[in-house]
Amino acid sequence: MTGDSPRITLLGTSALLFDAPGEVGLITQQRIWALALEAERWPEISEAVPGMNNLMVGFSQLPQRLDQIEARLRAAWEAAAPIPVEGRLIELPVVYGGVGGPHVNDVVAHTALGIDEIAQIHSAPIYQVYALGSHPGYCYLGGMDQRIATPRRKTPALRIPGGSVSIGGSQTGVSASDGPSGWNTIGSTVMRFFDPMIDPPALLRPGDCIQFTIARVIR
Amino acid sequence: MIEVVSTGGLATVQDLGRRGTQKWGVGVSGAMDDLALSSGNILLGNAENAAAIEIQIFPFQVRFLQDCAFAVTGADCGATLDTVPLPPWWVQRAKAGGLLHLGVPLQGRWKASRAYLCLAGGIDVPPVLGSRSTQLRGAFGGIEGRALRVGDKIAHASATAPVLTGFGLCPPALSMPLTVDEVPAVRVLPAAEYEAYTQSSRESFWRQPWKITPQSDRYGFRLEGEPLMPSAPIELRSHGIVPGVIQVPPSGQPIVQMRDAQPSGGYPKIATVIEADLWRLGQAPIGSRVRFLQTSWDEAVLASQANSRWLAEARRLAGLYRERVGAR
Repeated sequence: MTGDSPRITLLGTSALLFDAPGEVGLITQQRIWALALEAERWPEISEAVPGMNNLMVGFSQLPQRLDQIEARLRAAWEAAAPIPVEGRLIELPVVYGGVGGPHVNDVVAHTALGIDEIAQIHSAPIYQVYALGSHPGYCYLGGMDQRIATPRRKTPALRIPGGSVSIGGSQTGVSASDGPSGWNTIGSTVMRFFDPMIDPPALLRPGDCIQFTIARVIR
Repeated sequence: MIEVVSTGGLATVQDLGRRGTQKWGVGVSGAMDDLALSSGNILLGNAENAAAIEIQIFPFQVRFLQDCAFAVTGADCGATLDTVPLPPWWVQRAKAGGLLHLGVPLQGRWKASRAYLCLAGGIDVPPVLGSRSTQLRGAFGGIEGRALRVGDKIAHASATAPVLTGFGLCPPALSMPLTVDEVPAVRVLPAAEYEAYTQSSRESFWRQPWKITPQSDRYGFRLEGEPLMPSAPIELRSHGIVPGVIQVPPSGQPIVQMRDAQPSGGYPKIATVIEADLWRLGQAPIGSRVRFLQTSWDEAVLASQANSRWLAEARRLAGLYRERVGAR
């Protein structure tokens, strides 16, 4: 998303998608968290779901008109001050490559980097959880080094296991359970990210941090 | 209590879905044909959100372990109770020991692929995160978060009022059909990346009948047709999505996200099926074709109101019947 003003588009009759202007960044994301808190208080909104520098707002009831909700979102965005969150830090050892990283060679081919370099670049930053999505307990992380960015797969894989560490476009993340994915799986780790009987059910929340460490690199 | 005697798999407990949990990565789930589920509950005098069994692979058989009123809606699967045929969209009473058989859907006066077995009182499983719907990916909700198996015993809550049986409803597929050039159609609103597709792709999106491939399930319908191509490659940031969103992976073959859709995604979105027509797509058989019909916000609001009116009329008719029979 480029340009100075946010873009608001329709997700059918269920929701609006608010895209913040500018590049993906922590300050913008902290404003998205602020906008989510604000919008969730509005009676016309059933749920505000942060994404990566964007926010989906679901309708409580099908509105007759959209212009008032759109105007309210734009005004709230202008007023939204960044919410800094001091989250917890979780360490996750990753086995890069091998059976648990079936698409690592596609990342090698795309980036022209070796698997050791990819593991080192991937495990260097402390990633902050920007948003949850995809499947129960899954975290979208900010802060990946763009040298290892790799486009999503042409056709999604029907099943990759929980604990898969993957790259999709400019983002990285860890699958919380088995399921389909369009991302490139480069390694695997072990952690329970979700328990529906606990409140809140997700282990991590926006603002928490993940540090990947290299358990092993399988060449 | 009922016991599953035969299932081809993929039968699940569903209500109208889970709301307000997308921020934890939990999608909505719920009946693929919400009108059929609500109708079955209306026939039984249940709450409209009561949980039922959604069946998509046949034959499917259950035995009643106690007397119980039930309704079968959705696809017309030639239901029989102890070999006696039942009309579709009908509420009936079974005695303990009765065997209900649902066969392969008859593609007769209306084409459909999923049936709903609703029980008086609704299926009694604990709500998880606000819903009884099965969350397959998260492995919770419904029966242990999984599809039903032979031998599963499923409890139902007791009905709040005596249930009258022996009547039915005319399905909405007959009273509210929607086709374009005799091909079943759903109304859609263009989405964020619509304008990023080439003009010829946009034209063929509206013009061609899309085939529903066998790789279609409650997560999504993978369609096949002339590929849709953007003017330039698109990489998006992940964002929340809803059932009905039509994503286009780089292969150009669109995927319509259905009720078990992920709550977020990043493939480009060309359009979204309106909520009021998702039941139509949810019933479209594998191998059949569907057309996308462009609609406006105002028309989509009217479509939603038409569904609400249809359900209100079903409630009124069921109420009239109960009054007449109850007065005898």
